[in-house]
Amino acid sequence: MTTAVATASASIAVTRPPSALRIGLSRGVLELRMFFRERDAVVFMFALPPTLLALLGSIFTESFQGTGVTASQVFTASMIAGGIASTTFVSLGIWIAAERDNGTLRRLRSVPMPPLSYLMGKIVLVVVTSAAEVAVLLTVGVVLFDLQLPATAERWFTFGWVFVLTTISFSLLGIAVSNLARSARSAPAVVNLPFLVLEFISGVFIIPITELPGLLLSVGSLFPLKWAAQGFRSVFLPDSMTVHEVAGAWEHGRIALVLGAWCLGGLLLCLKTFRWRGRRDS
Amino acid sequence: MNTVLAVAVSFDRRTPESVGWTSRATRDNTHDRGMTAIDVHNLRKTYGAHAAVDDLDVTIEDGEVFALLGPNGAGKTTTIEILTGHRRRDRGRVQVLGQDPERAGLDWRVQIGVVLQEVHDAGQLTVAEVVRHYARYYPSPYQPDEVIARVGLSDSAELRLLALSGGQRRRLDVALGIVGRPRLLFLDEPTTGFDPEARRQFWEIIRALRGDTTVLLTTHYLDEAEALADRVGVITAGRLVAVGSPAELGGRADAPAEVRWLDGGTPRAATTSDPSGAVAELSRRFGGPVPGLVVTRPSLEDIYLDLIGDVTS
Repeated sequence: MTTAVATASASIAVTRPPSALRIGLSRGVLELRMFFRERDAVVFMFALPPTLLALLGSIFTESFQGTGVTASQVFTASMIAGGIASTTFVSLGIWIAAERDNGTLRRLRSVPMPPLSYLMGKIVLVVVTSAAEVAVLLTVGVVLFDLQLPATAERWFTFGWVFVLTTISFSLLGIAVSNLARSARSAPAVVNLPFLVLEFISGVFIIPITELPGLLLSVGSLFPLKWAAQGFRSVFLPDSMTVHEVAGAWEHGRIALVLGAWCLGGLLLCLKTFRWRGRRDS
Repeated sequence: MNTVLAVAVSFDRRTPESVGWTSRATRDNTHDRGMTAIDVHNLRKTYGAHAAVDDLDVTIEDGEVFALLGPNGAGKTTTIEILTGHRRRDRGRVQVLGQDPERAGLDWRVQIGVVLQEVHDAGQLTVAEVVRHYARYYPSPYQPDEVIARVGLSDSAELRLLALSGGQRRRLDVALGIVGRPRLLFLDEPTTGFDPEARRQFWEIIRALRGDTTVLLTTHYLDEAEALADRVGVITAGRLVAVGSPAELGGRADAPAEVRWLDGGTPRAATTSDPSGAVAELSRRFGGPVPGLVVTRPSLEDIYLDLIGDVTS
């Protein structure tokens, strides 16, 4: 509160508009505050992926011969990608559709806010929520399914870049998909259907992924979730598990390439399609 | 107290009495008088076959409070949305603070404040949090606490927006519209749905901006336009059918008056543009007082209904 007052009075002396960075950080703080005060929404959104993990993980009990790895451990690793997609793609898709519906975006359009600052605020939000979601999922994996956290710096490095690319690509796609919802009420349905389909055809629920029919696998490979899940499997599973991957390898280079391409594609999609107004009032 | 100080310090040329709220007019009188804040020519916007705004022309001077008065669906909101850069026009020339709203950038947005209809955002934040946040978008905002006090929300500053009444919510909208110290403020139907008491309180907030800020407000309340505006533009079916001060609107000052009297107990009436002459004539005819003499000028309401009736019927 003290800082707020100090900033405001300090800025009176300055005539230059505040920088996009400063406004973006201010938006990030606001986004987090709004998000965590929506208690029901937050609890349920956070709880869904870990609940699925705990339930389905308890059903997939068999282990892979010669590796000592259980299906539930594979599921945990893949579910981290699903969990991030849920805190980014699903959450932003629904949240921004609501902001478009309730006038938040129209109001922001009325003030001197660089559009980049709006994006920065969302990034701050999803980085925090996604990190929290990953922490919860890992806790479930470690406590219930004896998942071993990686011991080498190299694997944590892989975790880092897969996390960043997954978060960015799915956030941008979430912002883009919010445009498809006609209203805040329809948004959850509009966003969740493609998300569930994607989880299936990306091998998140099918263990190992090679069990997927060829056609579904080919379609799934076009989208980022398959590659994100593969990336997280490469972090949390021993290299002996590569025999259960489609290519028989972790394919780090290809993962980076596909996720990177989706970041770029998602950005272009956002720039092309983003609307500040709802359909009903345009 | 220190909030007041912060504001006082920042305005070197202000007298202590004018701290915070009056002074742009005083300060800028020398060079701003007579400048045009809004200049619109042949503005047109259609939705399908329906012309929401149909060849609208209007000019609003710096420092003016201008009311766009018209029934629902007259094109008021569309006009405001075009002037604030929220909507593209089909045709016409629009200059707002010297720039075209469709192409204007953030430096232009810094100078305008916008209060739109039907915004229900940020329900979980408090009044103080939201006003402070919006102050940060601007290079030289008013003190947030001062703005909250100005719109009469000091007692509700720590309430979450979800807990506000409709009237309080609208005051918050105004607080967010003015916190950036705008040169030009747009208010789209600011008091729709208010009870009379709340509307009067709201008018005081707008009156206090006079001189400091050019105001364009839309309303479908006649008394609101009359109470607040220097000039009123009557808009109906997308056209501006009359512009003038509330006293002169639609030729009210010299509109035909109705003269009524009793002629041997029978009511008589005549409509004339020279009521004085008519009364003199009657006096002569009656050779003294005219029985039951009544002279009426049309009320603003008559003029208004006449104006919008001409087009709609």
